[in-house]
Amino acid sequence: MSPAAPTQAPAPFGAPSGPTVRTVTDAFHGDLLEVSMGPQHPSTHGVFRMDVTLDGEVIVKLKPVFGYLHRNHEKIAENTSYLASMPYTDRLDYLCSMSTNWAYALAVEKLAGQAVPDRAQYLRIILAELTRIVNHACLVGFLFNDLGTSFTPLLYAFREREKIIDLFEALSGSRMMCNYQRFGGCRIDPSPEWLAAASRLVDNFPRFLDEYERMLTGNEILLARTQGVGRLKAANAINAGITGPVLRAAGVNYDLRKVDAYGFYSRFDFRVPLGEHGDTYDRYMMRILEMRESVKILQQAFRDLPTGPIMDPKAKIRGFRPKAGEAYGRLESPKGELGFYLLSDGTPNPYRYRVRPPSLINLTLLEEMCLGHTVADAVVILGSIDIVLGEVDR
Amino acid sequence: MESLEQIRDRLLARFPGATITLVPNPGPAAEHTISLDNAHAFEIARFLRDDPALQLDYCSNVTGIDWPEKEIVETKKVSVADPAGGPAKVVEEKTKRIEPGRLEAVYHLYSMALRHGPVIIRLRTGNRSDQVTVPSLTPVWRSCDFQEREIFDLFGIVFEGHPNLRRLLMWGDFKDHPMRKDYVEPDDYEWEPTPHAEVLERAQAHYPSVTPGVSAPAQVEAKP
Repeated sequence: MSPAAPTQAPAPFGAPSGPTVRTVTDAFHGDLLEVSMGPQHPSTHGVFRMDVTLDGEVIVKLKPVFGYLHRNHEKIAENTSYLASMPYTDRLDYLCSMSTNWAYALAVEKLAGQAVPDRAQYLRIILAELTRIVNHACLVGFLFNDLGTSFTPLLYAFREREKIIDLFEALSGSRMMCNYQRFGGCRIDPSPEWLAAASRLVDNFPRFLDEYERMLTGNEILLARTQGVGRLKAANAINAGITGPVLRAAGVNYDLRKVDAYGFYSRFDFRVPLGEHGDTYDRYMMRILEMRESVKILQQAFRDLPTGPIMDPKAKIRGFRPKAGEAYGRLESPKGELGFYLLSDGTPNPYRYRVRPPSLINLTLLEEMCLGHTVADAVVILGSIDIVLGEVDR
Repeated sequence: MESLEQIRDRLLARFPGATITLVPNPGPAAEHTISLDNAHAFEIARFLRDDPALQLDYCSNVTGIDWPEKEIVETKKVSVADPAGGPAKVVEEKTKRIEPGRLEAVYHLYSMALRHGPVIIRLRTGNRSDQVTVPSLTPVWRSCDFQEREIFDLFGIVFEGHPNLRRLLMWGDFKDHPMRKDYVEPDDYEWEPTPHAEVLERAQAHYPSVTPGVSAPAQVEAKP
């Protein structure tokens, strides 16, 4: 029998760039080439490795390899008290420590039945949304790095990130490892000056976004390299547990801020942007649109921020021993659904502590998204998924 | 969403031979779970995913739990008659029983279509040494793929029917399962399976006048 006929003729050399998905042909009877991309590859956003099999430049097989940053975070947490793991959660997703802290605090509060005062809920939303802005702005910058623009968009994003991170430093004492949330509230009450500065920053942020978008969204390289690249079907994405902007780019309306309405998100008026094609371009646009929604949430939060305590007076800091039981707390981190599963046996240490990392699970369909694309596209697709290796390998 | 009792009753009606028990959660979260037997778990999982009233199309979280063998001491008060004829004495009698160890896999299921959940199911192994197999639910929910591999890696549960059951985080030659409660950390973290002797031998043959592993200035100083 003759070898399987190609379903689509290969595009002639020099043809205008049409659909980027190519079928693999053995027209040249070429050998397949196995390349190990990473773990020290600059485009893998950390120590992540992809074992790719190439036909020419086209990917026919891709296997992600994990574990280079594995330090068994879960075991460390099971050997310490509940509160002592709070600083460790900063190191999971080190770009978004505020929302990672919140996810852990949320799970422990659910486990212990701990209430949170109103002002702390608002502060949490403010900090989580600022984190989302930091994460998305940087991600867009890194995505353009992967597309080959050498650092200019990233430095624009870093300029804005620096302002927000300065706010985090003024509030918590640390730029990235904030360790700010506590079980039953927050650690430090921001001063009126801090709130005014943050509010001013948020009010000015749309101007930066307009500038950023003017520079990037219509860019020809972006359009040519991302539209139709790395498509993800909604049904496959749901089945594979993909969450966050990657899922919503495929058109699935599932945002935990709306679905679970954890914290006080039900009090806020915002929309959930959805994509149509599930391609890399949609994933890029999700980030831009979510930043605009975050600005809306932040403005409402600054307007409505109540006065009052930031810690529940009944919250136990020392000798914290939740009753035996288990709880799974999850929230919408900038990367997707970040969950903490905790099992208590009544001792000061969790019997079982599990992190549900969105970065890891969003990589489940990486191979399907990259098949038929070139290596350069795989780099961009990986960039658009938005992973942080501290969270993938834990 | 219907209650867990209703789900259990429907499952029992649909799968007559299955053993399905509710595991209560005593904590304030009150997220109770359903424990399934391994023979029917795969079919039940598919039913949970495809049932129009539940449509649990999204498996969010999969995790393992290690329950080592535990010695449970139960004290019982027994009244013992005094042989001398006095009033009966109340004596505490201690009985020890050993609860066998097991491993557990816990799945958190949600419905994206109907926006409800979680329904939490548990699968249990027979023991911690030789009966560590549970059915893999990866064919039902693709999101279990990496998470089941991680549990296989860190807890040592073997997921039967998983398409690619390899270690996820530890390297391939690693022997133990670090998340088990009785895991003993190695003395030397830096040990690498590198054939040092062979490499050194080759280096010596390659450059006989230099001792491998000794810094160059030290060698120069040592020479007369």
